[in-house]
Order: sequence, then C-alpha cells, then structure tokens
Amino acid sequence: MVKKIKENFSGIVFFALALSSVSALVLITVFIFVQGIPLIASAGLSNFFGMDWSPDRGMYGITPMIVGTASVTLGAAILGVPIGLCCSIFMAEFAPSWMKKVFRPAIQLLAGIPSVVYGFWGLTFIVPFISKYLGGLGLSILAASVVLAIMVLPTIISISEVSLIALPRQYKEGALALGMTHWQTIRSVQLPAAKSGIVAAVILGLGRAIGETMAVIMVLGNSPALPRSILDPVRTLTTNIGLEMGYASGEHRQALFATGIVLFAVIMILNITAQYITRKKVKK
Amino acid sequence: MKKSNKVKLKTKDINLFYGSVHALRDVNMDIPSCSITAIIGPSGCGKSSLLRLFNRMNDLIPIARVEGDVLLDSTSIYDKNTDVAEIRKKIGLVFQKPNVFPMSIKENIMIGPKHHGIRNRAALDEITERCLEQVSLWGEVKDILGKSALELPAGQQQRLCIARALAVDPEVILFDESCSALDPESTMKIEELMLTLAKKYTILIVTHNMEQAVRISDMSAFLMIDENKTGRLVEFSRTTEMFSNPQDKRTEDYITGRFG
Repeated sequence: MVKKIKENFSGIVFFALALSSVSALVLITVFIFVQGIPLIASAGLSNFFGMDWSPDRGMYGITPMIVGTASVTLGAAILGVPIGLCCSIFMAEFAPSWMKKVFRPAIQLLAGIPSVVYGFWGLTFIVPFISKYLGGLGLSILAASVVLAIMVLPTIISISEVSLIALPRQYKEGALALGMTHWQTIRSVQLPAAKSGIVAAVILGLGRAIGETMAVIMVLGNSPALPRSILDPVRTLTTNIGLEMGYASGEHRQALFATGIVLFAVIMILNITAQYITRKKVKK
Repeated sequence: MKKSNKVKLKTKDINLFYGSVHALRDVNMDIPSCSITAIIGPSGCGKSSLLRLFNRMNDLIPIARVEGDVLLDSTSIYDKNTDVAEIRKKIGLVFQKPNVFPMSIKENIMIGPKHHGIRNRAALDEITERCLEQVSLWGEVKDILGKSALELPAGQQQRLCIARALAVDPEVILFDESCSALDPESTMKIEELMLTLAKKYTILIVTHNMEQAVRISDMSAFLMIDENKTGRLVEFSRTTEMFSNPQDKRTEDYITGRFG
C-alpha cells in the first residue's frame, strides 16, 4: 500500500516537472504575443512592416531589421554551409580514427564558447581586418556573417556527419562494387541518401544564426537602416531587442515584443520544417 | 552442361589475413569462363571473404591484408598499379540482401554507366531497358521507372540489383548468398536468371544451400577451416563429380549432411 502511494506520488512529481518545461514555452509565447499584438494592431501593418524605425516619433518599421537578419543569415549560410558540409564529409569518410578523436571534441568545444567571446574576437580581429582591406568601418554584414558562419559550424558538422554515418553500409559497398570511385560514391549515392539529414542540419544551423544576439551586436554596427552593400552596418531582429529593451517603455517596449513575435514565427517555421524533414526520412 | 576450357579467373596462392588472424590459406583455383562456380562450406569458413577477394571489396576492411594474386584473364587484380574501380566494373557483386539505392528504379540502373562516361540519354535509356529485360523485370516495372526502388518487393529489388550490376557491362558477376533473404519463388527466378547469364558471363556464387549448388553450378569449391581456424580450399572440381564422388572425406561428410 505504502509502495503504491510512493509510486503514484513519484509519478505525479515527474509529471509536474515535465509539465513545467512545456508550460514555460506556453507562458513565454503567450507573454510575447500579449505584449506585442496590441502594438501591431494600433500602429498598423504598414507602419510595423515599414522602413522607418524611430520609436520616439511613433515609427516602428522593422523591415530594415528583417533585411538585416536575412542578409547576415544568408551570409553565414554561404560561408558556413560549404565549410561545414566538407568538414562533415571528411570526418565521416576520410579522417583516420585518431584524427576524429581530435576533431570531434574540438568541434564540440566550438559550440561551447560563449557568444560574447565570439563577438569580442570578431570585434578585435575580423572588424579591423575588413576595415583595413575592404574599406568602411568594418562593422558590417560581412563581419557578422563570418562570425556567425563559425558559430553555426558545430551544428551543421555534427548533424550532417551523423546523418552520413547512419547510412546503411550497403549503399557505399553497392556503389563501390559498381566500379565507382570513393568520391563518386559520396557525391552520387551517399550525399543524396543523407539529404534530409543534411538539410535539417543546415536549417538548425541557420536557426542558431537567426537567434544569435550578443556576438552580432558587437560586430554589426547596429544602424537601423537598409544596407546597400555587405560592408554596411545593419541591425537584426534580435539585436534590435537586445539594444533597446533596457530603456524602452510603453509603445516602444511593445514594439520590441512585436519584433520578438516576428522572430518567434521565423524560428518556429524553421524548426517545424527541420522536424518535418527528419521525420519524413525516418518513415522512409 | 556446357563446357569451357578457357580460364577466366585464376587465384595464385591467395592468403587473406584479418590483422593477426589467418582467414584463408593458399587458395588456388582456375575458374572457367562462362560457367557457374559455387563456393560452399560451413559457416565461418571464409566463403564470402574469398568471393570478395575477386573484386577487392576486402579493401574496405582496414585490417585485411592479402598475399598472392588473382588474375582476371591475364591481368593482375592485386598489382599495385591496378585500377580498383576498373576491376570492380569488370567484376560485379550482388550482395546477400538487396541493396538498391534510395532513388528511382531508373536511376539505380543508370548510376553505374553514367559514372563510366555514358552521358547520352538515348544510350542510357537503351541500357536501362536491356538490363531490366535481362533480369525479366522490364515488363513489371516499365511503367513505374520513376518510382523509388525501395518500394519494390525484395525479390524484385534483388533482380534490380542484378540489373544494376549488368548495366556497367561486367565480365564476371559475384553472388554473395544473394538468394538467402528471398522466398522460394524469387529464388527460383534468380537461379534461372543465373543459368541464362552464365552463357555470357562468368558467375561465382556463395551459397549455404547445397541443392542450389547442385541445381545450377558447373564447378564447386568446398572450403573448410582447419585446426588453426584458417580457411582452406579442400576440394575444387566439377559439381557433378564432387556430389557423386567426393575425393576428400571432409567433403563427403559435409555434402551428406554430417556437419555444417
């Protein structure tokens, strides 16, 4: 009897704890929407999705920030995806085991470096480098893209590598038995077979790039205007919130929550896409 | 059964080591062209290892080491200047379980020839039809060539794998227990197919199934491990001879079902 009560009790405790993590998601979501939606309603969509961000004049246009987020994410993808993919192919197919033993923890360590350190490194190294050799201030889309490209590498490499390693050995053997070379086998059989895992890796990596705030604030210049080149400073959705939340109040504050809604929606779409793609793979 | 005296594959004192394990010792065989040779023997005697030596699939195992040589016609397979991909193109391998690639039926056939330099659409279409026809699959799949090969039943998948091997125009085809995962009906179809293919190709099969060896093979090789757990070729002769009048006591014991 006592045993049974104990059993039931521990079941309830675990359920409550599990519930708390899910309810955190619900609470945060509700909070962001409750705070942000009234501003979008009162300012109107044309204001909110306009070009002009001047909270003191009641202008809350976040389009420059959307462009900013899109451009640094795209830049991070252009630089980070090929490097990450090549690295994962190397790790899965070519690296001798002693090298894997060094590389894998090293790449995991890359994920453990605090983002402020990345920002600091970008600010003292990448930014002056760009300023010196390419002109401008250096605080730019390019600088943020470089920093983010490095930050998304661990995600892209580890997930792509796992999806390559998880392929049945028979695919590789079958292709080699047809007289295909190792590289032909990778390109024409293994990569297509691991496609869904690799796409998921890229999406999750880009999700990280979109959500990153601290490192980006330090190297991006943060001007809320439309950029004309990759050497121009911009502001992203996350940095907009990070920079102004400290002193914002009233409508201004609500506008930052509304920015959060847009960010939230983008990240949700990416994560759901990634989950959908990986689930489809399992079904097959 | 047809007779052929021309030797297609010749093993010269082949020895295989996995690390410090001596897996096969001094195997010498002359495999006649355009025939079916069955490699039989109890589990773990090195049948599959021997079969995979012929197209150097053992290269994939880092600890595997080979001494001796195999000659394809007069070309050395284990010479260090040999192009392994070229050898594997000439000596195809069909695996135990069907291992179609996760792509369409047609792409499964075309992937080999494409990588050997055939780019012409019409030529690739012709190869697809001819190879599927050769394995009697064309009639069954000609309307669903774009469908994923993974959706086919296992028997058809295995025939597709054979068609895929044929598409790169091999001279020898190795079958590594390729019927063991199939139902009797599919097995029968593949046996018939092997008999037809043996008119043009040299075929080697590994099989656990003694009846299968008797039904389709011209030559049989009986392998067994010795007291040191090293695989040895005990007897290599015409199948009819081996099964009617085995020369070695061990062969007799095995084929009459006393062990194995």
